[in-house]
Amino acid sequence: MDAETATAVTVAAAEQEALISGSEAVAVASRLADVDVITAYPIRPYDTMMQYVAKQIANGEQDAEYIVAESEHSQFEIAKHASAVGARALCGSSGVGWCYAFEAIAVTPALRLPLLAMVGNRALDDPGAFGTEHNDALAARDLGWMHVWVDTAQEALDVTLIAYRVAEDRRVFLPCAISTDGAFLTHSQALVKIPPRAWVDEFLPRYDRGDLRFHPDNPITIAPQVNEDWLMEIRRQTDQAMRNARGVLEEAYRDFRRIFNRDYGNPFFEEYYTDDAEIVLVGMGTLSMPVKVVIRKLRAEGQRVGFVRVRWFRPFDYERLGGLLSRFQAVGVVDRDFSMGSPYNSGVLANEIRATLYGQPKQPPVVSFITGLGGREVTIPNVREMFEHTRKAAETGASPRDTLWIGVRA
Amino acid sequence: MDSPELATMPLPVLEPIKGVKKAPLEEYFTSGHRTCQGCESALVMKLMIKAAGPRTVVLGSTGCMYVANTTYYSTPWVVPWMHTQLGSSGSAAVGTAAGYRALMRKGKIKKEPINVISFCGDIGGADMGLSAISAALQHVDYNHLILLYDNESAANTDIQATGSTPYGAVTTFSPTGPAKRIFHTRWKKNTAAMLAAGHPECRYVATVCASYAVDFMNRVRRALTIGGPTFIHSFDPCPKGWDYDPMLSHELGELAVLTGIWPLFEVEDHTLRLYGKSKAIAEGRQKRLPVRDYLLKQGRFAHFTEDDIDYFQAKIDDMWTQWLIPGVLPFAAEVLNDTPPA
Ligand SMILES: Cc1ncc(C[n+]2csc(CCOP(=O)(O)OP(=O)(O)O)c2C)c(N)n1
Ligand code: SF4
Ligand SMILES: [Mg+2]
Repeated sequence: MDAETATAVTVAAAEQEALISGSEAVAVASRLADVDVITAYPIRPYDTMMQYVAKQIANGEQDAEYIVAESEHSQFEIAKHASAVGARALCGSSGVGWCYAFEAIAVTPALRLPLLAMVGNRALDDPGAFGTEHNDALAARDLGWMHVWVDTAQEALDVTLIAYRVAEDRRVFLPCAISTDGAFLTHSQALVKIPPRAWVDEFLPRYDRGDLRFHPDNPITIAPQVNEDWLMEIRRQTDQAMRNARGVLEEAYRDFRRIFNRDYGNPFFEEYYTDDAEIVLVGMGTLSMPVKVVIRKLRAEGQRVGFVRVRWFRPFDYERLGGLLSRFQAVGVVDRDFSMGSPYNSGVLANEIRATLYGQPKQPPVVSFITGLGGREVTIPNVREMFEHTRKAAETGASPRDTLWIGVRA
Repeated sequence: MDSPELATMPLPVLEPIKGVKKAPLEEYFTSGHRTCQGCESALVMKLMIKAAGPRTVVLGSTGCMYVANTTYYSTPWVVPWMHTQLGSSGSAAVGTAAGYRALMRKGKIKKEPINVISFCGDIGGADMGLSAISAALQHVDYNHLILLYDNESAANTDIQATGSTPYGAVTTFSPTGPAKRIFHTRWKKNTAAMLAAGHPECRYVATVCASYAVDFMNRVRRALTIGGPTFIHSFDPCPKGWDYDPMLSHELGELAVLTGIWPLFEVEDHTLRLYGKSKAIAEGRQKRLPVRDYLLKQGRFAHFTEDDIDYFQAKIDDMWTQWLIPGVLPFAAEVLNDTPPA
């Protein structure tokens, strides 16, 4: 197949529709955002995004420096340095590739470089596995990256544009990772609305590094040795940037709604049948698909069940999420990841939710589940089982003292 | 989309410096650093940026030239300077040059020559960062210079052995003791020639020594004006790591060249030239001094026996008499001195 026949997406004066995958949606967004420097390294499943970018460039539809790095470490370092000179940059990875880049990932937030990275979530193999697990992206959760989990190809496209706008806002200047579940989202196609360039231009201003730009006209020294004299102040500034991101995100989603005519409601989490729900499951990413199917079935049987899908994991909207979750009789948290030896032996999200509820006057029981590791499908019976456990906790009013592994051989 | 005119980035005009009195007076690496007395690498920084001039940005990977140079609230750099990670000098050069190229091509910033220099130490560049440098030398669209300042140890972390530490030298990871006289048994990597041989599209690779300051600055100028990615490997005596009197830095640089241990050469568009005293050695106009004169001035070789010195000498002799390209490429018709003394 030559590059020309491969491009499915037209950007036109009016909104178009195209059948594309989650990875391709990020690639199309990078073209709409006129990204300047894109660095690639092969690893499944995120690399489908980079393949699509390459096609767009080969076809003359996108104009960017496209650099195939010799390792993920270099891939992220090259993008980081491009960002420092004021170029809009994109990279990404999956699984162990993300880990290979970890040094660059760790230093980018304090440099205040608004780099975007797509994570095609993947198990950290050995043992060999291509499928979704969230431990790759979550390994970087504490470092100052903004982090969002998307659910559909449309959301992948939209959030890429939103993420650039928020990351490049001077009040924020932080890198952002966009997590897409491997295979379930990276490789499955859906109809996606492709906005016209003019809307994107109105929404997304040019990246302006101002007096932090690395250029001969602006002689500054970046990242000197600060040691105990100054490091703490710099950490505090990075922390403030992440706090600022909350408000900047709200602004961006508001503007997005106005210009693109698509409403995500609360940017931080999605609610599904929560209004009158007694119990809910909480999770991230494409888990929402089987959970929503089961909710519709259970509701038909008269059960008041709902779902909360956490979108923005960093910054985490603990205030509103805590307020919402404390209303229910029990909360089941579904982790597609693990945190071995952690409190309750649970996954990462479950302990975030426990911490979120701690500040609430009323604390429903929390049941933590680990499921769907290594890309294993989370089935309808799996979801029913999780709702049953959560229901039981609501009846007894007690949180189990341990985490339940669902859909695992004994 | 890329018309050739749009795609080519403008290159700076930097004429060769004809003698030390013609060198620019302006300094762009000034006070504000705290390198050791006699630190040759600090001089390397100063000459490098003097040669490159003010329309330059410098990236530096972790090591002495980061930690001892840029302690917050002071910086010796008059030009923009940015730290990069220990193994990232290649990637820093590529990312910076690619950023400028994209912005200039798209008309987002003024199109003008900007020198991008990325430096690294020996463990940062020749060991950890080797693959990134190799990749950087393949991306011919980007103009930049990677300068490796080789003080033959991981100096910043307290003088540890690296792939560029000479055979037998004492470091904190290769002490000498009754059970092991020679701890570090690796022969120094031949980094510049390896990179030149392995990256035929790279238009300029050179070795330099700051004891020959004008030659040094002109190699930097050539690297910056020729276009594409380029590489310079600088030999930097380090009084702390090599254990000698700081006043001898300059002399040790000269001795390394005169003993033939550090050959000065450049590969420009596939043409190899030995230069300076190394050329004289190759042409028989300069007799190589015995390596003993160099080794015994340094505490790191104080434990050497006569056998060790002979072995070292024999290896250097091979380099000049047996190698297919003397001083540069170690291919030879037969196996040479491969057994170190017991
Ligand atoms: C990834 C990583 N590993 C280890 C270190 C610790 N470290 C800091 S400086 C340094 C030595 C650098 O040696 P070299 O590149 O030769 O430069 P020099 O200090 O000799 O100037 C090391 C190992 C680091 N900064 N980063
Ligand atoms: S240890 Fe060596 S390289 Fe480092 S500052 Fe001192 S003399 Fe220079
Ligand atoms: Mg060193």
